Amino acid sequence: MRLGFTQSEEQFRAECADWLNAQMAGEFADIRGITTLTEKAERRKEWEQHLGAHGWSCIGWPKEWGGRGATLAEQVIFAEEYARAGVPGRVNHIGIELAGPTLLALGTEEQKRRFLPDIAAGKTIFCQGFSEPGAGSDLASVRTKARLEGNEWVVEGQKIWTSLAHISDWIFVVARSEEGSKGPKGLTFLMMEIDQPGIEIRPIKQINGDAEFNETFFDGARCPADSLIGAVGDGWRVAMTLLSFERGVSTLGQQMAFRNELDGIIAAAKANGTASDPLIRQRIARAEIGLQLMRYGAMRMLSNTDHSKVDGAALTYKIQWATWRRNLGELAMDVLGQAGEVTGSPEYEWGMLPNLFLYSRADTIYGGTNQIQRNLIAERGLGMPREPRGDA
Amino acid sequence: MDFAFTDEQMMIAETAKAFFSENATSERTRAAMAGDGIDHALWQAFCTELGLSGIGIPESAGGAGLGLVELAIIAEAAGAQVAALPMLGSLALCAQAIVAGGSADQQASHLPALLSGETIAGYAHDAALKADGNALTGAAGFVAHGGAAGLFVVTSNTGAWLIAADAPGVTVTPLTTMDQTRPFARVTLNSAQGEPLANPAEAIAAAHRAGFVTVAAEGLGVAQAALDRTVAYARERVQFGRAIGSFQAYKHRLADMVVEIEQARSAVYWAACAVDEGSDEAALAVHAAKSFAADTAFKCAGDMIQLHGGIGFTWEHDAHLYFKRARSLQSMLGSGNWHREQVAAMILGEAA
Repeated sequence: MRLGFTQSEEQFRAECADWLNAQMAGEFADIRGITTLTEKAERRKEWEQHLGAHGWSCIGWPKEWGGRGATLAEQVIFAEEYARAGVPGRVNHIGIELAGPTLLALGTEEQKRRFLPDIAAGKTIFCQGFSEPGAGSDLASVRTKARLEGNEWVVEGQKIWTSLAHISDWIFVVARSEEGSKGPKGLTFLMMEIDQPGIEIRPIKQINGDAEFNETFFDGARCPADSLIGAVGDGWRVAMTLLSFERGVSTLGQQMAFRNELDGIIAAAKANGTASDPLIRQRIARAEIGLQLMRYGAMRMLSNTDHSKVDGAALTYKIQWATWRRNLGELAMDVLGQAGEVTGSPEYEWGMLPNLFLYSRADTIYGGTNQIQRNLIAERGLGMPREPRGDA
Repeated sequence: MDFAFTDEQMMIAETAKAFFSENATSERTRAAMAGDGIDHALWQAFCTELGLSGIGIPESAGGAGLGLVELAIIAEAAGAQVAALPMLGSLALCAQAIVAGGSADQQASHLPALLSGETIAGYAHDAALKADGNALTGAAGFVAHGGAAGLFVVTSNTGAWLIAADAPGVTVTPLTTMDQTRPFARVTLNSAQGEPLANPAEAIAAAHRAGFVTVAAEGLGVAQAALDRTVAYARERVQFGRAIGSFQAYKHRLADMVVEIEQARSAVYWAACAVDEGSDEAALAVHAAKSFAADTAFKCAGDMIQLHGGIGFTWEHDAHLYFKRARSLQSMLGSGNWHREQVAAMILGEAA
């Protein structure tokens, strides 16, 4: 057990920080410090390409596909320095962290050649088409249909909560390819180009006034027959493989963004005097401790090489950070008081802390609600009996 | 960075776990509870046969080397069985204080008897202690296993002394204590002659670091055991024609225990490792670990009772041993609120 980094890792840290800070002070100063995923989308796409051109887009990938074959420690370091430098979140995080690793694990050589270099170069932005109006927590009940017509798949149906679909180039879709099939059987995992007549994107305005999520309609949307990952009917396994990448190194970067939010609360508390309120002090201490434990939980999860047994730290990570951040949003508003309930923006745009308060209500819902997480922890982690399925 | 046990640490964990689950049985613990709260045969075996008492004590001082990570591993295993042992007072607090703050002579004359188990030591803190030279007058109300101690490390906020339990002016009054596996004693000093530790500041700091981490690690063990035993019960107990573990209200409560326990595990080993590596984070980490893991222990032990229903409320069932130990972990060596205030002071500055 060792927490410290080696000298060469610290050198790597300095290299990352130098490069990132230079970009944020220079060519990309205009996007520094943005905390939403939607603001200045076109510039953010240019940033993706800039990262790719300089070999910083997906350092954990193998070198032959545009990565650096970076060690775990190096990936941790890069993620931390990325957020520390105030670089905004990756608009292609779905491509880099989910689609790419899934292709690496399950894609054919031809698919890897076709997609990975462009994802790494920031030229192909991916979004995720899993959830549907009738398939949220119960993901396996998707109804979007796919049928083979000649050498093309034809897709009909609707996806929802498609984050960043409006700026994406490709979408991966879990669709029902076997007529009359139910649950996880009969699903196929397809990759589809978004810019086509059969796909329509409609933004969903959220409680914070922003529109990161979309409804995506498929009306005779098409893709070539070989656009599937895995086999026909094997889509559930592919989707689950993909979701397993969600708990990767990127969580460390996410935590640095949380750090910025907590620091914002600490600064606000010092400025308005609530920092001397003993109850606020307790809550800030709890938030600080919770954030540290998130970091070390992630370190445990990433250090774990024994995949033969269930990793408790990995299984609990989602509910842990989501609940922590929702509490942080409430703390932010208690520190700000009524001043947090007004904005100078006539467009209903909010500063970091009020936005945190509003947005964090989604954290305990998307990617598996807290209730679903508890089921998973009890069923997969502790071996409790599964919830019975209804017949509907 | 590699935040996982090494093979050696894994081996220590397995050894300690096997030792405590085989020997620190409910029956033996309950026998100890009827006496001075110590299973003396277990303590002898721990110190001499297994030689685990020297872990976290440098080899130069007669210990086995290694550090707080390994000490935490052992404390976690002991906590999981609510073992009736004077490990916290004798080893984590007193031996660490003597190693860090004692002269070579003091180490040589006191450590061997502590590590062999021949002498049990108690840590007696009195913020208002009066020291007239080395003549000490004051009282420490809640000295863990103080009734069985032959030696005390007595501290004020700035001073630290060694004093024998049978020295003139020392009165030890054992107290009936809620957690009978670690009963307190009141230690009263009336112009008792103490032997000053050479470096009291270091002694106190080391005792605090090791004490906080050990309490936290015990808490982790308590919490995990409370969960494990409740999970076993959830599988076997049937109501309304189904195992009670199949009810979502029950499952979610178990899941919440897991979420806290996983964080407590990170906290304990982060703090232990940060101290061992001399990291800047150590000061914050030990407060984080103590407050978080003790609270986790209490939550899980409380849930253990609730989720067992009526049987969990009985004297016969072991749930109350965990519950009472957890309560005592929360209050000893500073409450959770106090530890969190220390964290707050580090990041916000002192309270106005």
